[in-house]
Amino acid sequence: MSAEKRPDSLTGFGASVKRKEDPAFLRGEGQFVDDIHLPDMLHAAFVRSPYAHAKVGAIDKHAALELPGVHAVITFADLPEEIRRQTMPLLVPHPAIKQPLLPYALAKDETCYAGEPVACVIADNRYIAEDAAQLVEVDYEPLPAVNDCRAAIEDGAPLAHAGAESNIAARFPVKVGDADRAFAGAAHVFREKIYQHRGGPFFMECRGAIAQYDAQSQGYTLHVSSQGSHRLKRCMLDMFDLGDHQMRVITPDVGGGFGPKGSFYPEYINVAVAARLLRRPVKWIEDRRENFLTTHQERDQYWDMEIAVDANAKIIGVRGQLIHETGAYVPWGIVLPWITATTVPGPYVVPHFKLDVISVFTNKIQTTPVRGAGRPEAVTTMERLMDRVARELKLDRAEVRRRNFIQPEQMPYKVGIIFRDGRPVTYDSGDYPASQAAALKTADYDGFAKRQLEARAQGRYLGIGMANAVEATGLGPYESATVRVATSGKIVIYTGATPQGQSHKTTLAQIASDQLGVDFNDITVVTADTATIALGIGSFAARTAVNAGSSVHMAAMEVAAKAKKIAAGMMECVEDDLELSGGYVRLKSAPDVKKSLREIAVKSIGMPGFSMAGGLPPGLEHTAHFTPDQAVYSSGTHVAEVEVDIETGEVKIVRYTVAHDCGRVINPMVVEGQVVGGVAHGVGNALYEQLAFDENAQPLSTNFGEYLLPMAADVPKVDLVHLETPSPLNPLGIKGAGEGGTISAIGAILGAVEHALEPFDVRIAEAPISPQRIVALLGEHARGRTL
Amino acid sequence: MADTRTISAIVNGKSHTATIETRLTLVDFLRHELKLTGTHVGCEHGVCGACTVLVGGISARACLMLAVQCDGLEVATVESLAADGKLNTLQQAFQDNHGLQCGFCTPGMLMTLTEFLRDHPEPNEAQVREALSGNLCRCTGYQGIVDAALDAAKKMRGTTR
Repeated sequence: MSAEKRPDSLTGFGASVKRKEDPAFLRGEGQFVDDIHLPDMLHAAFVRSPYAHAKVGAIDKHAALELPGVHAVITFADLPEEIRRQTMPLLVPHPAIKQPLLPYALAKDETCYAGEPVACVIADNRYIAEDAAQLVEVDYEPLPAVNDCRAAIEDGAPLAHAGAESNIAARFPVKVGDADRAFAGAAHVFREKIYQHRGGPFFMECRGAIAQYDAQSQGYTLHVSSQGSHRLKRCMLDMFDLGDHQMRVITPDVGGGFGPKGSFYPEYINVAVAARLLRRPVKWIEDRRENFLTTHQERDQYWDMEIAVDANAKIIGVRGQLIHETGAYVPWGIVLPWITATTVPGPYVVPHFKLDVISVFTNKIQTTPVRGAGRPEAVTTMERLMDRVARELKLDRAEVRRRNFIQPEQMPYKVGIIFRDGRPVTYDSGDYPASQAAALKTADYDGFAKRQLEARAQGRYLGIGMANAVEATGLGPYESATVRVATSGKIVIYTGATPQGQSHKTTLAQIASDQLGVDFNDITVVTADTATIALGIGSFAARTAVNAGSSVHMAAMEVAAKAKKIAAGMMECVEDDLELSGGYVRLKSAPDVKKSLREIAVKSIGMPGFSMAGGLPPGLEHTAHFTPDQAVYSSGTHVAEVEVDIETGEVKIVRYTVAHDCGRVINPMVVEGQVVGGVAHGVGNALYEQLAFDENAQPLSTNFGEYLLPMAADVPKVDLVHLETPSPLNPLGIKGAGEGGTISAIGAILGAVEHALEPFDVRIAEAPISPQRIVALLGEHARGRTL
Repeated sequence: MADTRTISAIVNGKSHTATIETRLTLVDFLRHELKLTGTHVGCEHGVCGACTVLVGGISARACLMLAVQCDGLEVATVESLAADGKLNTLQQAFQDNHGLQCGFCTPGMLMTLTEFLRDHPEPNEAQVREALSGNLCRCTGYQGIVDAALDAAKKMRGTTR
């Protein structure tokens, strides 16, 4: 079954309609969590560890409590028993996790990263709360800190957690075939060591939460800037030992998430504790310094890899080791390094693969998925290897890739690896050779040599680089959607999907509008309120279009069928003679013979004292949970053309092309926005974004002056080519689009920079690659260099 | 004790008199005292531009300015742009060109561009990108915003000539 785009549908599936979300945002009428003002609300500030690793001794809160306007200072000892007895939850357990270390809601006796919360101060306003936080005296005994995940696993390294058996959180192999045997007979083996630096989400709206306590039900309402209300509710139920009815989580408008707003953080527990203690609503809004210290970041990863190829540059095998830094704790288990490991083969036939993955504790904020979720690192690594093969064998880089692509006729293609959803990695569809060909054509790859030559004649250094990726999207287990026609005739969709800018309120309405025969503007989408729908997962992993989109489609189809059934009874005809359009169920042969959705909805709920006719379940509504069998695989090719200034090391992206295949597209304008925005994130990871720490793991870059996000003048205009291989695995043929823009960008840009510096034999094996590093790598070749 | 002062300012054409702490930032005054929550706080150190407002017609970081500094001045926020609820030319161009995703940086972008397009009615793309260099957006990659600014400039020229 597929949703054919109806010729008369101007606003449904496939249309670039303007977003329903926009007018409110443009008038300044969005409602982000900090825009919510509740009566009698108090404000929280946190006392945070100034050390990356320390023992926490006595805490003196007297001076803070004496400050006028201060209502409470909460320390670990003050937390309720149910909170003190447990650490925060491990979201995705796995047997490979040898030390599942997680934090308490407030530090118990040890802090393991700079910024870890030690006490929570509640006051009339944030100004007073911060004043009081300064007055809380904490006895710290600094401990040796671990600041590098490679040093952490050497003998005699200090421990990131006092009393831990080692700094290894988890270690696991990922294998296909017999790599060691394959390598033994290979014509060529090349080794690359690659470093990929941290980086973080740096959404524009920092985190935040407001907790309310209701003494009557002994329950809570939590407004929180999140990527999934239902999972946070589950975490809160566990922490507070509550019934389903005692916790409502609402996610209002969210100013960007990019992964880390999907995590569960200690501040949310603390505001709820304070709201119960003080019987007043309590708000906490993260400031940007806290954001740099305490919102989850993504990596460091150190790769030591080898690739074996035959005399024709065909891959025989890839093997090596990945040291992945998990930071202070493992809230998402090994999800991140696992996704990284399973993404390495990408669009290429890799008959033999072996990766030894070690996830390592350090005394830095923990790392969890950020846009791309480990995939950009894998793609960067694999594409650096492909460039290396081309260079060594003196072949064109595109040609080496062409010789190794999985061919479309090999679909569905089993990679031989188990993905994190427990299923074998099986690519459902895609045409990787076509993707690269389309990108190279649009980028005028064939004309590049001439452009490069002309530039060189002027003393300018141009380079071109490319990267291909295959991306697991639309991960299960499901997303929820209820489509309901109220007795007023108005249509609402409730879903657990939790948008942060992805336009779900528009795209989900578009999908339903096709089935219900109304304009998408006549459908309201209510997201991420646990009181409106029982189950939900949330928006991350480029999963919402596939999961929530399919659920909306299924639910809307059921509602349409039910409307026809009820109308057929009312109109004394058969359902097949009816269709939905313009808010009515109409007789196809005589469209003016009709029943409104309002009349049908009223009929559907029955009348008090009368039996329900026809045996239909009451209500003109349906709830669906599309449960995908496995991930669906988006794919794409990025081509970056750069100019490198060999005096300053500055990299300017002069041309950028993306060929992108996310299956059938619900709203091309929205998809383009997602892809282009993703590229900007990748540009930052490739060139600018660097989180510095000193030898004691003390963060040194804690503002946007020190940590550089790409600005409008840094991000290139992106030329986009849409390819479309529909997924056979969901009713709409769609795949995820939210992360592909980021995933290939680093690899393409690094390749381009290295290519530009070819005359100087510079090798780029790190991201980000800063101007300082480029000048250092150029050494004596740097223009203007005085030796 | 907190040092307080009484100020009068005209915000979006409406006169306000308030007794406030001298340390209160302009953005907190707008958001918490006047409940004009359209102006957003993104970094509190003057880099991201989400809090941009016009003070006396000139763009200012409301996170770096104290509310008392606005005594006797006119302040315009994003809430002033849509007269009678109808999106103005620049706002409409943002919707038409997908110039926003999460919408959080948007008020600052709009205020920066309101000033820029007033002073530079015929900008080219490079000038728009330069003008936006004091405003960070993590969602859009700026392309939609740049397109919106150029589109708005064109339409504004059309309506005033």
